[in-house]
Amino acid sequence: MADNKMSTRDLRAFFHKVEALHGVTLGFAGNRVTAIIGPSGCGKSTLVRCLNRMHEVVPGAACTGQVLLDGEDIYAPAIDPVQVRRRVGMVFQKPTPFPTMSIEDNVAAGLKLNGIAVSRAERDRMVEESLRRAALWDEVKDRLKRPGASLSGGQQQRLCVARALAVEPEVLLMDEPCSALDPISTARIEELLLELKENFTIIIVTHNMQQAARCSDFTAFLYAGDLIEFGETKQIFTTPARRETEDYITGRFG
Amino acid sequence: MDNSLPQHTNRQYEEELRGLRSGLLKMGGVVERQIADAIESLVERNTGQARETLERDAEVNRMDTEMDERCIRLLALHQPAASDLRFITTGLKITTDLERIGDNAVNICERAIELNEEPQLKPYIDIPRMAEIAQTMVKDSLDAFMRDDTTLAQEVIERDDEVDRLNYQIYRELLSYMAEDPQTIPRATRILFVSKYLERIADHATNIAEMVVYMVKGSTIRHMEKKKA
Repeated sequence: MADNKMSTRDLRAFFHKVEALHGVTLGFAGNRVTAIIGPSGCGKSTLVRCLNRMHEVVPGAACTGQVLLDGEDIYAPAIDPVQVRRRVGMVFQKPTPFPTMSIEDNVAAGLKLNGIAVSRAERDRMVEESLRRAALWDEVKDRLKRPGASLSGGQQQRLCVARALAVEPEVLLMDEPCSALDPISTARIEELLLELKENFTIIIVTHNMQQAARCSDFTAFLYAGDLIEFGETKQIFTTPARRETEDYITGRFG
Repeated sequence: MDNSLPQHTNRQYEEELRGLRSGLLKMGGVVERQIADAIESLVERNTGQARETLERDAEVNRMDTEMDERCIRLLALHQPAASDLRFITTGLKITTDLERIGDNAVNICERAIELNEEPQLKPYIDIPRMAEIAQTMVKDSLDAFMRDDTTLAQEVIERDDEVDRLNYQIYRELLSYMAEDPQTIPRATRILFVSKYLERIADHATNIAEMVVYMVKGSTIRHMEKKKA
């Protein structure tokens, strides 16, 4: 596909000698939400962690094959993994704000960690813009100096989204971003996804299939380290082509 | 829902899906009998039977409500996907078609009661033939539903042409009666209505057959010029 923001080619991931992904070739369309679904242990998280070079951080972990970002292999020798992670941001399962840091410092933390020096005014502008994009600004604008941990779980998760957005990534990886959230916070994140895709390419791992069905444009079904089926979400959820996909999304014994 | 698929991990869900399937088949059985009894009451000029059949429509209506509730419950509680979703939405539509067929059987009974009060206009020949085809179409469309049989569904769809042809034939015949003797108009128009009700029953059976094709293949063949499964 010509308009893929990211793609993988024969991506294999290993933990020591165990192969967790068996050659995944997949494209992620730009300014679209792609959901990755599959049972626990199928390699969903490993796949997204390969997309911003987080996988190799785990001792004994490695991968082969290619991961292309705008056509360029992010595993090429000349590429700085820190730069990759700035362009490909990530939000995790549980909200992970820096608990003692203030709300605004949490958002600005990425700038500091990436060695981006900005003026005070510029920093304030980026904090506000990121919080607005994460649909959190109105709730926290009067208490930016309060600690990140003072927020509710759903707010904390949106704070993490704001922090990821502050460094202006191009792709946002979300690994089960709503699994620790209540239904209202979940709905807010889902609504946020639809807004964010105007400016970002989003890849979301989820166990909640209805969430994948609601929020994503494309869905990839992974099973035991293999990509079983990839297609438009509405097709996957109404008329999947593969029997394994059918069994999984309808909740049958495999 | 393909019978050959493995069972759902959630047993309750599996049971509810089975319950919907058997409930729809049972409803279909009652509706088939309603058509047969309605036509018999007309042909045999049995007003008592017509009244009994009329009253049994309440049973069809009760089943319609029950099937709707089952479908809505399944949709609300289990967020079905793929073949399950197609099965349940098909069920939701089939129950409406069956209920309408039941209503058409009631209409036939009403016309039979009126016709039985006057001397018979002519022996019924095409009406029972048409009724038999329509009734078989209903039965086969439900068999196709039960067995995921798109070939049978396609046959049902094709048989609709024969019913339309008979409907037109009856119309032309009755028109000649009415032209010859205006005294026959009240009876002839009632028979014409019966013919139209049967034609509608066949249309509902066709709808069910088309939904079976959607349920099995996921492709819509309704509202197409040339219906191909």
